[in-house]
Amino acid sequence: MIYLDNSATTKPYPEVVQSFQKVAEQYYANPSSIHKFGSEAERLLLQSKKQAAQLLKVSPEEVIFTSGGTEGNNIAIKGIALEHQSRGKHIITTQIEHPSVLEACRALESLGFEVSYLPVTETGSVRVEDIKASIRQDTVLISIMSVNNELGTVQPIREIGQVVHEYPKIFFHVDHVQGLGKIDMDFYECGIDLCTMSGHKVHGLNGTGALFVKRRTKLFPLHHGGGQEGAYRAGTENLAGNVSFVKALRMSMQQKATAVNKLRTLNERLRNRLAVNPFVIINSPSEAAPHIINVSVPGFKPEVVIHALGEKGIYISTMSACSSKRSDESAVLAACQLKEDRTTSALRISMSYQNTQEEIDMFASELEKVLAELNKVMG
Amino acid sequence: MQFDQIMVRYGEMALKGKNRHKFEQKLQSNVTHKLKRYPATKLKKTRDRMYVMLNGEDPYKVMETCQEVFGIQSLSFAIRTEKEEDKIKEAALFAFNDSENAKTFKISAKRTDKTFPIGSQEMNQRLGGHILKNTEDVTVDVHNPDVEISVEIRQDAVYITAKKYPGAGGLPVGTTGKTLLLLSGGIDSPVAGYLAMKRGVEVEAIHFHSPPYTSERAKQKVMDLAQELTRFGIKLKVHLIPFTNIQQKIHQEMPEGYSMTIMRRLMLRISEAVAKEQEILSMTTGESLGQVASQTMESMSAINDVTNYPVIRPLVAMDKLDIISISQQIGMYDISIRPYEDCCTVFVPKSPKTRPSKEKARYYESAVDFSEDIKQAVEEREIMELKLQTASESVNEFKDLF
Repeated sequence: MIYLDNSATTKPYPEVVQSFQKVAEQYYANPSSIHKFGSEAERLLLQSKKQAAQLLKVSPEEVIFTSGGTEGNNIAIKGIALEHQSRGKHIITTQIEHPSVLEACRALESLGFEVSYLPVTETGSVRVEDIKASIRQDTVLISIMSVNNELGTVQPIREIGQVVHEYPKIFFHVDHVQGLGKIDMDFYECGIDLCTMSGHKVHGLNGTGALFVKRRTKLFPLHHGGGQEGAYRAGTENLAGNVSFVKALRMSMQQKATAVNKLRTLNERLRNRLAVNPFVIINSPSEAAPHIINVSVPGFKPEVVIHALGEKGIYISTMSACSSKRSDESAVLAACQLKEDRTTSALRISMSYQNTQEEIDMFASELEKVLAELNKVMG
Repeated sequence: MQFDQIMVRYGEMALKGKNRHKFEQKLQSNVTHKLKRYPATKLKKTRDRMYVMLNGEDPYKVMETCQEVFGIQSLSFAIRTEKEEDKIKEAALFAFNDSENAKTFKISAKRTDKTFPIGSQEMNQRLGGHILKNTEDVTVDVHNPDVEISVEIRQDAVYITAKKYPGAGGLPVGTTGKTLLLLSGGIDSPVAGYLAMKRGVEVEAIHFHSPPYTSERAKQKVMDLAQELTRFGIKLKVHLIPFTNIQQKIHQEMPEGYSMTIMRRLMLRISEAVAKEQEILSMTTGESLGQVASQTMESMSAINDVTNYPVIRPLVAMDKLDIISISQQIGMYDISIRPYEDCCTVFVPKSPKTRPSKEKARYYESAVDFSEDIKQAVEEREIMELKLQTASESVNEFKDLF
């Protein structure tokens, strides 16, 4: 099997699964229970926060464990909007955010909020001037992803952070689900107030993740209850999940340190192969995050290509169809104002640090074969 | 270009005459311990300064770590460069740029190596000119500059230092004797310990716990506080005293209004016994005058009555808010406010005497003999030796899970 759908979900590290199992078996007490067993679980919980904070270069109390990206984005966006609505009801985001950001914003629109969905360049970058220009008196939140999930485009987070910094009352949220463990981003230096992370994109388990909430940021919680996670997210902690997430975080960051150049080399190698394929147009900009390459195969139905590759044990994906008006069009590519033949024929190849050169070569050859074969019928 | 060393200036210990050598040695060993987590760093001592050679470690992290060491007045990054005008210019500009927001500067060049062709006055002008040319809105101010850049042209090389970073001040821990700190889980006692350390005192801690009236978590909280204190004291021995029996006995046999006073007197007697055994000459508490019933002048007198050891009270004249702000600065506050009961809050009488007299306290105590209980508590104490952790050790017992 050649797995190239790592932006959807990665394969968990075996060590991560072991940690999960060990904690689930040995530390199943409720960290809020006052007995000794509960206090051990609590200590483990604190330790996992400390460790996560160390890796992310933030303070332990700024780490809120969540169930993943969608939850993190919802807690951040709705939480800020609802808590600070008396000050303003305007939110700025982009047209190419993940559905969990876009739909949360749309839901807020139905409650009377106004949202500016900024357009992007042909390569999926948001313009810092556009953000500057759309800031209003009543803007409370700016939410921008660090790396686009379909294109891999890296947004100018640091520059945006500098703009937001001039407006101390505006909160800056970054959806970092695709960027975590792949690009460098110092939360403090970039002026970020809230940052969403997900476990299963960094070889952790589904249902794990974290949200960075900068000290003294007030949020209206989506879950009320026993005051866990600093009352930002009530509910008995998923201790095994949290510990396993921190382990995945550590391991993927270590891999980034040692293997990011290898990933870039693979990326270039694949780009060079795809560039000479007559049926393929590369959509991802060359300075995109190293793990994602998005291409269009105009004239071909992407599902058919995916199924044909699937028969050979090669797994890639098409765009995420959610949030598009048309079910067969990529909303992200449409926002980049690409022509219809490209927006409806996109394929996403997303790698991990585990992929090898042989796999990439094999994939490129098989794609060439499949497209040539299909061309006889469809092209 | 990067900073390659940190210059360490001593504080008042430079004044300590004959003891100076001992002070310097202690400081050197404390800094060495603190820098264990940056293994490439090396310490070099000259006659009146100390230099931390960075050897590639992150300059700002090492600086932050050094800023926690008592006995250091101030620190500066330094660059060593070859004796060439262009290199010196480049280094001077780099050093200037380390101070954000600096609007004025002064160059103080010193030419120890007289074979170097440019004199110090001339050097001042050339370097000043170079910085002015390469910055905006910056001017020279020789009387009151934001940054003073000193350039020392020596035989072997040129040394350039700029912005002064404040050190922690005080005296090197371990140079002024040892004290036994009565450590509860509250906000005050860790701050008292910190301030004692700042005066160069080595600290051991004593904690009273009363299971099952106090929980595992309360004990853990104290150990976490003690662990934090090792950031300043390098090592810390904690004596955990089993206090349940004595507390029960007080509760049953002493008049309620005096139970708190008598409990404190017993704590002090136990502490004195431990101090004696450990050859420690004083005790330190977090008491602050007038804060609670046990900290009135009368209470202090009645409690202090049981010992003639000096009781050091670094917080005695401080406001609670000032204590809290130190606690926050040194990273203790978040631990201190964890809501677990300690032995002082478990058996609190409804209305403790705020003006107890030592005569009455003596009188009530004379009816019951506590000396066996004290002996037993001291004997059955648990001793934990904590030391400063390096980064890799800090994930302790759960290490394999992360």
